[in-house]
Amino acid sequence: MKINSPLEAYKYLPQTNCGECGEPTCMAFASKLIDRSEKTADCPPLVKEKKYAKKLAELDRLLAPEIRQITIGVGERAANIGGDDVLYRHRLTFFNKTKMFFDVSDTMEEAALIERVKKIADFKKFYVGRNLLLDGVAIKAASNDPAKFAAAVKKVAEIGLPMIFCSYNPEVLKAGLEVAKDKNPLLYAANQDNWKEVGELALEYKVPVVISVINDLDALKSLAKTFAEAGIKDIVLDPGTCPTGTGLKDTFTNFLKIRRAGIMGDGDIAYPIMALPVTAWMAGISDPVSASYWETVMASVFTIKYGDIMILHSLEPYATLPLVHLAETIYTDPRTPVSVDGGMYKVGEPDKDSPVFFTTNFALTYYTVESDISANGIVCWLLAVDTDGIGVEAAVAGGQLTAAKVKDAFDKAGFDLKKDVNHNTVIVPGLAARLQGDLEDTLGANVKVGPMDSGRIPGWIEKNWPPK
Amino acid sequence: MAKKIKLSEITDMFKGMDVEAFEGVTIEGDIEIDLGGLGGGFDPMLAAALGQESAILAQHFARLAGMFGYPVGIGAPAAAPAVSPALAAPKFKDLIPAKFDVANIEEWTTQIQEVPIGNTSADGGSRGKRVMLGGEKALPFYFDAPMPNRNQVTIDVFDMRLGLAKAVKENYDDVMDDPGEWAKKNVEKFNADMITIHLISTDPLIKDTSPKDAAKTVEEVLQAVDVPIAIGGSGNPQKDPLVLAKAAEVAEGERCLIASASLNLDYAAIAEAALKYDHDVLSWTQLDMNAQKELNRKLMKQCNVPRDRIIMDPTTAALGYGLDYAYTNMERIRLAALMGDDELTFPMSSGTTNAWGARESWMVSSPLGQDSDWGPREYRGPIWEIVTGLSLAIAGNDLFMMMHPTSVAVLKHITQTLFGTIEAEPIDIANWIGAEV
Ligand code: B12
Ligand code: SF4
Repeated sequence: MKINSPLEAYKYLPQTNCGECGEPTCMAFASKLIDRSEKTADCPPLVKEKKYAKKLAELDRLLAPEIRQITIGVGERAANIGGDDVLYRHRLTFFNKTKMFFDVSDTMEEAALIERVKKIADFKKFYVGRNLLLDGVAIKAASNDPAKFAAAVKKVAEIGLPMIFCSYNPEVLKAGLEVAKDKNPLLYAANQDNWKEVGELALEYKVPVVISVINDLDALKSLAKTFAEAGIKDIVLDPGTCPTGTGLKDTFTNFLKIRRAGIMGDGDIAYPIMALPVTAWMAGISDPVSASYWETVMASVFTIKYGDIMILHSLEPYATLPLVHLAETIYTDPRTPVSVDGGMYKVGEPDKDSPVFFTTNFALTYYTVESDISANGIVCWLLAVDTDGIGVEAAVAGGQLTAAKVKDAFDKAGFDLKKDVNHNTVIVPGLAARLQGDLEDTLGANVKVGPMDSGRIPGWIEKNWPPK
Repeated sequence: MAKKIKLSEITDMFKGMDVEAFEGVTIEGDIEIDLGGLGGGFDPMLAAALGQESAILAQHFARLAGMFGYPVGIGAPAAAPAVSPALAAPKFKDLIPAKFDVANIEEWTTQIQEVPIGNTSADGGSRGKRVMLGGEKALPFYFDAPMPNRNQVTIDVFDMRLGLAKAVKENYDDVMDDPGEWAKKNVEKFNADMITIHLISTDPLIKDTSPKDAAKTVEEVLQAVDVPIAIGGSGNPQKDPLVLAKAAEVAEGERCLIASASLNLDYAAIAEAALKYDHDVLSWTQLDMNAQKELNRKLMKQCNVPRDRIIMDPTTAALGYGLDYAYTNMERIRLAALMGDDELTFPMSSGTTNAWGARESWMVSSPLGQDSDWGPREYRGPIWEIVTGLSLAIAGNDLFMMMHPTSVAVLKHITQTLFGTIEAEPIDIANWIGAEV
């Protein structure tokens, strides 16, 4: 972004405070533009009225992120990468999680190929109310045969994940593009030998393209500049990923340098970066678990430091689980804890005899509790108290979880312990035990202290429910 | 004679044709180009005269002109080039040269304090070596300034048998009743740089072992191994100051790391014992940079702990369970220190073992039906510990308190690779597409 204060964005807004954007004033909207929680498109007058066209264009230019944002694939699983404005997540947040593409080869048997792609597409890890997923498929033209490659692309394309076409041979890439014209794949890669032909393909088919130059940032920048001047906007940079030794250290340095230059304003190199942890499998590590570990380690380094997209091999759960969690870790927005809406939730179909629990609205807390309860078939009422997205223990310590807050939450939810259930009892988290007395007074209800860890709720219920 | 043509004429010429490349291109001014000069590639003189962009544009036009049969240059072929249709009309001629350059961060003006742990005979102790932490002038592994000291790993020993994740326990089952043997195994078999002895049995709710008995365990460990050691209490705020003071006394002169001083116990008592008997202090706070500043300030100003005896533990939350807070907390602490906040310029330590608290590291399988298969847990646990530690290494952490031998080995390998001391045969990665995996 070229500007960083709401005042500067405000200059380009209609300044009528019409409220159509949902904000009370244009100034309020301007601050949302600066923290990137809203887009210029959310101000209807600015978009619709001709007289603002120039201002809109200028504002969009000023607000454009330093690192170009690029889309790979189409449809609901299309992958966005890039779009960052800062070097450290606490300075704003990082946008667009690192995308994990897994390799397949055009030399694979058809059945094995399809099975692997389905496995990638179907991967799911539940985390705070949604599923963490894998992002796409990198199809390697190991055969170097256009027809074979096209056949593999056709099969993969049917599953609907974003794709990377991997070949340095323009004829092969072209054959793939011909059978997946409308799928917006990423071309890997233009290098110092084939760049003209691959550049032509990127222009002709209007697809994003990787520029690959190993360990030579001058040459990488020169190619990026040449492509940009030719009208190619969607560029991804591959400075080479060496898997071991000082080569890996050099790769790390390259990533740092490219991103720092991009954020500091060198527009010629301000593109998303690709890492290839898959090269871990070339490092001569003899057993597959160790090789997979090393791949995960490399991927972790580049998830944290500026890799926007990567190609990986291991689909073992011990590789994919830590990686999807790490991408989530680095890319969650540090400005707001992930939270659920406060209110009364039903687990199963509770009635007047069902127990009533409360917890906080910190997403990690809420979903841990909710899944511990529902996975064990316990039917109940579960109140999420709005603690500004803070977990139980920290909220008790910090004053966001008090008896008054709990009462307030019951009231807001319109839930009356004396009428809506027969037992007038509420079960509090073990870590909020110290609220017990206060709660009895404020709620006029029986207050029972549950276990410290929600994983023990089933055992606790067995012993303590229904209340005597 | 070369044919001369004006840019405006070219635009006109292509008007009726379906050439998308010109959409949105407006040419300001009316430049006359010698098309003949364009036949042989990019002309730097022309570029200088027209400016890079117009020169490229002009080339572009020239090529298109050629393609559409407009005579370009002397004897330019009127026919389309004989390449496959999609690759026709090359839009690129030559590379635009570029030089990559990026500056170092000017604001990183302050060096992190170097803190040694362990006294050798030269320092008046009996350790075989001393480890040095800190000294950075940049974020870890960055090119702005070399990192003077590598990361260190201290492996946990407990003063009693306790419940551990299965994957961890397997490695220690034979030594869990003997802290000395346990320590030895950590050093000899698992390559620990240091040992941490946790005196958890002193907890009044566990065994309520006396400070004196705890001190005996410390002596045992000091005898068993000659690496530097860290000494941890049970976490009981009333008892820890007593236990740690006694432990400090029997370890006099060995420069151990006393873990920990915190704001919710008598940190002054711990600091006093550390100073009296020649040890370092671990300053522990919970994910709160301001609390960390406050405690460090108290240790320095109120307890007179010298700067080269303070190490910070800003708290480690596991991957998936608050690592986002732990990572950013450390990164912010380190950045503030490099930019001159002298209440934070200390090396950092991480209780990386916390990773074993994450369900993903120890549960047999996912408690949730909809998850994809979690696979064997014996491989999930170690990598959970590695990724938790590695993330913090990149955020600025120096010392890792760890448990699983595989985690230790891999974390050491990657941090030392980024540190720059691991040599390896260069690998030709250019052919990764065709490589067997
Ligand atoms: C992450 C964290 C933070 C994050 C909070 C992020 C967030 N959005 O919540 C940040 C950095 C902001 C933070 C700040 C503070 N923290 Co803090 N924090 C932690 C940490 C590391 C993990 C907490 C966590 O997320 N746990 C995971 C969630 C899922 O747990 P949970 O919400 O408690 O839910 C579990 C149980 O309560 C139970 N449960 C939940 N609901 C229900 C319902 C029922 C009916 C039942 C039966 C059970 C149940 O099951 C759940 C799963 O096990 C802990 C230390 C630790 N390792 O535990 C300290 C800790 C909680 N923090 C602490 C403190 C003191 C604070 C601060 C006051 C100051 C400080 N020192 O940092 C501030 C307060 C901030 C505020 N309230 O505004 C202390 C609390 C001490 C105490 N007992 O009083 C702790 C324990 C650290 C310590 N040892 O000192 N903290
Ligand atoms: S919609 Fe646009 S003009 Fe109206 S208040 Fe919002 S920002 Fe201002």
